[in-house]
Amino acid sequence: MKLVNKLAVSAALVSLAFASVTQAGTLDDIRAKGHLQCGVSQGLPGFSNPDQSGNWVGLDVDLCRAVAAAVFGNANKVKYSPLSAKERFTALQSGEVDILSRNTTWTLVRDTALGLNFAGVNYYDGQGFMVRKDLGVTSAKQLAGAAVCVNIGTTTELNMADFFRANNMNYKPVVFEKADEVVAAYDSGRCDVYTTDRSGLAAQRLKLKDPNAHIVLPETISKEPLGPVVRHGDDQWFDIVKWTLYCMVEAEEYGLSSKNVDEMKSKTSNPQIKRHVGTEGDMGKSLGLPNDWCYNVVKQVGNYGESYDKNVGPETSLKLSRGVNAQWTDGGLQYAMPIR
Amino acid sequence: MAADPKQVSADVSVPPSKPAFWNDPAWRAIFFQVLVLVGVVVFAAFLVRNTLHNMESRGISSGFDFLSKTAGFSIGETHFGISYTEENSYGKTFIVGLMNTIWVSMWGVFLATILGFIIGVMRLSTNWLVSKLAMVYIETIRNIPLLLQIFFWYFAILRPLPGPRGSIQLSFPIINFTHLIITVLVSAAAIFLLWWIGVKKRYDADQKAMPLWMLVIASVVTVLIIGNVVSLVTGFGLVAQWNESFFLNNRGLSYPQPIPEEGFAITGWAVAIGVVAAFFVRRWAKKRQDETGEQFPVFLASLGLIIGLPLVIFIFSGLPLHFDYPKLTGFNFTGGSVLTPEFISLLLALSFYTASFIAEIVRAGINAVSHGQTEAARAVGLRANPILRLVIIPQALRVIIPPLTSQYLNLTKNSSLAAAIAYPDIVLVFAGTTLMQTGQAVEIIAMTMAVYLTLSLLISTFMNWYNEKMALVER
Repeated sequence: MKLVNKLAVSAALVSLAFASVTQAGTLDDIRAKGHLQCGVSQGLPGFSNPDQSGNWVGLDVDLCRAVAAAVFGNANKVKYSPLSAKERFTALQSGEVDILSRNTTWTLVRDTALGLNFAGVNYYDGQGFMVRKDLGVTSAKQLAGAAVCVNIGTTTELNMADFFRANNMNYKPVVFEKADEVVAAYDSGRCDVYTTDRSGLAAQRLKLKDPNAHIVLPETISKEPLGPVVRHGDDQWFDIVKWTLYCMVEAEEYGLSSKNVDEMKSKTSNPQIKRHVGTEGDMGKSLGLPNDWCYNVVKQVGNYGESYDKNVGPETSLKLSRGVNAQWTDGGLQYAMPIR
Repeated sequence: MAADPKQVSADVSVPPSKPAFWNDPAWRAIFFQVLVLVGVVVFAAFLVRNTLHNMESRGISSGFDFLSKTAGFSIGETHFGISYTEENSYGKTFIVGLMNTIWVSMWGVFLATILGFIIGVMRLSTNWLVSKLAMVYIETIRNIPLLLQIFFWYFAILRPLPGPRGSIQLSFPIINFTHLIITVLVSAAAIFLLWWIGVKKRYDADQKAMPLWMLVIASVVTVLIIGNVVSLVTGFGLVAQWNESFFLNNRGLSYPQPIPEEGFAITGWAVAIGVVAAFFVRRWAKKRQDETGEQFPVFLASLGLIIGLPLVIFIFSGLPLHFDYPKLTGFNFTGGSVLTPEFISLLLALSFYTASFIAEIVRAGINAVSHGQTEAARAVGLRANPILRLVIIPQALRVIIPPLTSQYLNLTKNSSLAAAIAYPDIVLVFAGTTLMQTGQAVEIIAMTMAVYLTLSLLISTFMNWYNEKMALVER
């Protein structure tokens, strides 16, 4: 396991050393190799996790499928690279993956110094704490002296430090590289507290021996806008990923879904929807894609709401209500730039 | 060069066939070495240039400015008394990680050496059971991958321990020093008296000393009686109180931390003076033995100087030391010190694993000394202990030290497996969290590699120096 990491980092460094600069051609490269290489988590239910038959499913996975649908007209032309939090940026920087869709928080340092571009936000999250019920803790302010299990190389690690420092509390971090190791350490009692994004808490809770013996504390200590990431230096590819996400969000806003998109495509006279499904204008051409790119996304993957409900919504085991991730028309933060 | 005229005239018939320089092997050797060197330099320059260019074109920042920026994350444990907070810089995280690596390697080398020597000697024992036990240990431990052993200690042994509230506790008596000193002094006098009357006097009188076992039993009884009498007279017992001092749970082993008080420095100085004095005593004793052949009990004298002297000073300066005991407050133990399960499992796995290799090296070293050496030593009248100390071990060490060096290097490098179980060594802290937060993989990996290279070279230098010291001095 450790060896694999070392190999990954070394491979990344070596490829940085040898790679000749073929910057602007991500789209051409992908077309040439015939699939999209998508960096995902090593298993976070609801976001990116293999299902019982071994297929990757989740909100983050749907975004990769959507990009493949936009580029190839086939949502299944994706290969997945499961990455730890520690490996993810090196894998993207070195070109091992074309897109990183791995519940990654958008921050200034990552957007600049790491040479990355965030193409939008597909889940607005915040960091929370989970503790055992029998500790009798009701607020994160009571956590002084606690041992906290956390994942290495995450914004979580920094936010936690800020929170405890701001509240003048001591704590002992226990830092693991894989999310599964963090959960196992917490579950076995090595730590009093497990901290990560609230969506992650909801997802990882399912892996605990007795999910009902734990509570999530009410405090949300940070903003965690999670979204897809691409490399600096290829604006066309950046645009494609960004507008694929907008396509999914706007489809929901206009009431387009995988079920009715065919019907709407043939019947509608609404110019907004016509531009959306590619029967009017040449939106696809501006992106370097076929004109029915967005139709393929909605038809094969669905709109943002469908993806949300299917993967993380109230009907799933994660039971996350839309909250701030609702459409702006419903008082949420999901607001797609207009496709026109 | 001034040529010898006779030589020149003799060589006239056969002119020296000096080959053209491209056929001269010496020139060729130099030429190809230069060629390879240039090739390597050009290749390295190409790699560096290309990396820098690619990083720049992808907008990845480079350089070492990040080392002075605020780190903002916390580290689970620090050693060598380093204090670290979130407000310190990334450079400090490097130091903390480095020190944690050195800390675990240092203790690992120490334990592995002791254990390895014991097992190695056991392996050569003539006792069947002892020798086979050592063999089973060696063959089992060295054939299981180290990472699995680390996991074994961490997940199988330390993880299932109870939580802090259900800790396994170990109580220790707090000794009443006044009582102890009085008892020891009076007992010493009494035992001397016993010996004087029972052994010396009787032997002088009729050559029949009291048997040893009787003397031992009489001494023990005397000490017990005196201890109880002292308790009665002074009104307090030997044990002032029992204190719960050691707590083992799934957060590690909490133990009392000694806190020196004012005046403890004198004891420290006494140790230093003792060491220096012992050194001079040893030199003087060696000189005297060389000149007169008279021996001097150097070991006992050194023990008295290094331990006895500071102990006496410590007692007479009023015992300026107290212990900070761990207490359960809230979630965890506060006060005292703690050995984390991460540190314990890494240390145990590294020590046991490396010890199995060292044991084989020790066995090989001792076996390498020919049996004739033992026989010769016996022939000049040496007994078993001096034979081992003066004849076998010095020669065995010459064989042991070089492979031992590489085991020390292995242990140090293997300590990087710490990252697998969350011990904050340099790989986890610096090449882990710091790398992720700054994204400067090239610089950080290079610095981390330089650390292991430097540590390895330092260890080799030291061991080579020691090897040279032990090497056979040929006259």
